[in-house]
Amino acid sequence: MPEAATLPTTRDEAWRYAAPDALAALTPAALDEWQTITLPPGEERAKTLVLDGQHSGLHRLRLHVGEGARAGIFAVLTGGDYTRLEVEVTLSRGAHFELGGVTLGGSESTREIVTRVAHAEPEATSNQVVRSVHWGRGTGNFLGSIDVARHAQKTDAAQSFKGLLLEKGASVNAVPQLEIFADDVKCAHGATVGQLDENARYYMAARGISPELSRKLLVQAFIGDAFVSLEDEAESARLMELAVARLDEQL
Amino acid sequence: MITIDNLTAAIDGKTILNGLTLEVSAGEIHAIMGPNGAGKSTLAHVLGGRPGYEVTGGSVTFCGQDLLALEPHERAAAGLFLGFQYPVEIPGVSNVQFLREALNAQRKERGEEPLTGGEFLKLAKEKAGLLKLDMDMLKRNVNVGFSGGEKKRAEMVQMGILDPKFAVLDETDSGLDIDALRVVGEGINAIMRAPDKGVLLITHYQRLLDVVTPDKVSVLANGRIVATGGPDLALRLENEGYDAVMADA
Repeated sequence: MPEAATLPTTRDEAWRYAAPDALAALTPAALDEWQTITLPPGEERAKTLVLDGQHSGLHRLRLHVGEGARAGIFAVLTGGDYTRLEVEVTLSRGAHFELGGVTLGGSESTREIVTRVAHAEPEATSNQVVRSVHWGRGTGNFLGSIDVARHAQKTDAAQSFKGLLLEKGASVNAVPQLEIFADDVKCAHGATVGQLDENARYYMAARGISPELSRKLLVQAFIGDAFVSLEDEAESARLMELAVARLDEQL
Repeated sequence: MITIDNLTAAIDGKTILNGLTLEVSAGEIHAIMGPNGAGKSTLAHVLGGRPGYEVTGGSVTFCGQDLLALEPHERAAAGLFLGFQYPVEIPGVSNVQFLREALNAQRKERGEEPLTGGEFLKLAKEKAGLLKLDMDMLKRNVNVGFSGGEKKRAEMVQMGILDPKFAVLDETDSGLDIDALRVVGEGINAIMRAPDKGVLLITHYQRLLDVVTPDKVSVLANGRIVATGGPDLALRLENEGYDAVMADA
């Protein structure tokens, strides 16, 4: 059964910041392409995704995290005119979900990370960190919803979004959406948008660091938050390198 | 080493430096004192090339080069070090990473080979030891969570590592307790007291000059140098105040 009888438009809340041209090009088949991952109870797994120029477009991921299991998704979105990563997570009792997401892009590109985290049972925890760096007329979006079921007491969910705009004309959008039906829970979310710290750049210049290098170092520091929970250091370094390379290519 | 000639500079259209002339020769430590608002920090940042500080006239020649024609990072590579009155915090960038990038960027600009990680750490350890700064502090993010005194000591460690020809130190003594003042002062002597180096030492207080004996002392007021003398001038200022000394000038 296809899930989408009609294709989404920017009038749909979950697609309102998407690129209209990209939506027009979507097909029902693409919308039905969900990759499903089921993590058995007690297991631990981290998945890394690099959505570069060869992997643009829509990516949908459905994650069932078993009792006491720990799942991590670490994604870098750098390619294509329109790239959207959707992650739907259902957490069992005592499960944990970790998301580290980075979007980078200039010119007319749009990159989106869309999450729906369902705390379906008690004592599950989730932590989502998304960092977006854009320039030109690039756009970065984070739509993150957290649903806490009525009996999912002792839920601890956190969401942090920060946008960094390197040039005028770039933009980011953050849409946190929390639906909480239990009463003994912790849900935290925060969103900020800013520019490079010019004071820091002057300080770095005074030590001999060029404007290009100081920008790179500050962007690295900024997106580093998203990889803090990725224990595989080599993988973390690889993602960082891919992200920063995108910056070098385009600015 | 550095020749500042009739320099005028403005911030937001307001003139702060008003025909400042000053020369510091190699081997010389030159203290600049002056009342609040005289333009001391502005002088430091004009020399550093801070955006927003507009040079409206005059010239600065540094080791034969037109300093004002260089970008801030090029000035550093040319051998200028600016010690900040308020060192900037950089979350997410460790001191070690910051200083290694800075040193290697300077070396590259000068056509020298970069230092390896091992070589750099050895150098950093040596300079941190000189300033009695725990090496663990250098693994932390630049100035983040440092006390006022730690920031100033970290500045001097940076200076030791970067080994500049000429340092402009803007109130490096402010915020230091008596012991830290001695450590920082002795650090300045160890790093910068050399026949081929020079220092412009901006300070409010005689107590730093008790440790770092200046060769010359100048008084900066209303955007220009109004008096220059030997170390005794600083003592006179301490005893009599700016008004009395400037009335004689």
